[in-house]
Amino acid sequence: MPRSGRKSKSWYGHGLPYLKVGSLPGHLIVIEGTDGVGRSTQIELLRPWLELQGHAVSNTGWTRSPLLSDTINEAKAGHELTVLTFSLLYAADFADRLEHQIIPALRAGFIVIADRYMYTAFARNMVMGADPAWTRELFGFALVPDLVLYLEIDVETLVPRVLEGKGMDYWESGMHLALGSDIFDSFGRYQGRLIEEYNALAREFGFVAVDARSPVDEIQASLRTEIARYLGTASARPRPAPPPTPVRMHARANARARRGR
Amino acid sequence: MRPLPGSRLHDPHPYPGRLITVEGIDGSGKSTQLLLLERWLASRGYRVHFTEWNSSRLVRRSMKRGKKKDLLTPTTFSILHAVDFADRLTYEIIPPLKAGMIVLADRYVYTAFGRDVARGVDARWVRAVYSFAPRPDLALYFRVPIDISLERLLAGRTKLKYHEAGMDVGLATDPAESFRLFQSRVLDIYDQLTVQFGLRVVDATGDIPSQQKTVRRMVHEVLRGYQGPRGSERAAER
Repeated sequence: MPRSGRKSKSWYGHGLPYLKVGSLPGHLIVIEGTDGVGRSTQIELLRPWLELQGHAVSNTGWTRSPLLSDTINEAKAGHELTVLTFSLLYAADFADRLEHQIIPALRAGFIVIADRYMYTAFARNMVMGADPAWTRELFGFALVPDLVLYLEIDVETLVPRVLEGKGMDYWESGMHLALGSDIFDSFGRYQGRLIEEYNALAREFGFVAVDARSPVDEIQASLRTEIARYLGTASARPRPAPPPTPVRMHARANARARRGR
Repeated sequence: MRPLPGSRLHDPHPYPGRLITVEGIDGSGKSTQLLLLERWLASRGYRVHFTEWNSSRLVRRSMKRGKKKDLLTPTTFSILHAVDFADRLTYEIIPPLKAGMIVLADRYVYTAFGRDVARGVDARWVRAVYSFAPRPDLALYFRVPIDISLERLLAGRTKLKYHEAGMDVGLATDPAESFRLFQSRVLDIYDQLTVQFGLRVVDATGDIPSQQKTVRRMVHEVLRGYQGPRGSERAAER
């Protein structure tokens, strides 16, 4: 798994054979980590920092596609999902954002910051008992990111942080898996298992881990160091000028970028 | 890269019920034949459950929005249909099969293998996505030339549907021409699937009663030895 240096983007599996992707001069940076670890806070702080350096930034996040977000929220409220439909809905959301948002922004030379990526589905599906080979085949159309930053935490630190924040939510506590007698027990067990899976994925896919038990500004400083290091090696290689981008696509990426602020 | 997960499509399913599916391009007459089959089975006292491709409530809104605003790509089109299928499998196909009933499915995974690949997704990928689908006891394929299906479709209504004609693929600007080109691709793939998955071909150019006769004969074979839940004594007839 390439994690630094610049090479042309590659597909995780069979890719999108019908799509003429062309050159993608932008950078795809993924922030992974379990629920409540502070991903969105960190991403909010990264954006202005990158923009000050002259980079155009586009944000994308799990379940935020215009095509699927309502469907996913409704389905979660109705508790009618199985691990199959859950995984497939996530994959549809991801494919929609990949084709309409991530790839056009990369083509236009943006830095795309993705709040979660396919690894979240890999981790959750392992915990929910889905066939891991199937999950990975399903996401075979994904682009391999240039850099995956992993906010690493333990359950003991996570629990008070979540309780002080937005509180324990049904799904993030794994209540659908009936793991514990109450939401507190269930949260601990579910998140413990998830974190184990994330740690295994971090080793397998070469995530760059950042200690997320630290205060917000220290985590931010570590993330910036890693991103600067990546961009340094990336810009050291000569890159072809970005090709002209269809105006509609470009405008859409820009509009999304503004909305995401 | 990674080995393909074992597909359930290659082994007989473990349930006491029977799964009968129909395939064919739009205008092949498969839905008409399935309806007649359902009537016949019900009249013989069998307990039958009917389920149709792309009918689950779960993705109806996304599908509608995607089609209306032309937001669907070959991949999202494919995955949304897989959500529909997985949802119906969970709630509409597996439970009746476990209860020993006869499930009639208007289109099955072979539709995705045909249409989605004709739209450009990777054939290995879409097979892997649907690898959780149980194998039908009988998968009928109503084979018909493009011109006949087009004639049947246009006799019933004035316009071809956008996706049915494959207009999203951009093969032609004229809907009838697009239908011809797109559905020809699908027909070619169905021919390959017939061999790979053992679909039973019904000549769909013939008249309706003689096709139905063929269908009933094939279904009769599949029901040999079947002991379903009784709607009446006649269900036990061999």
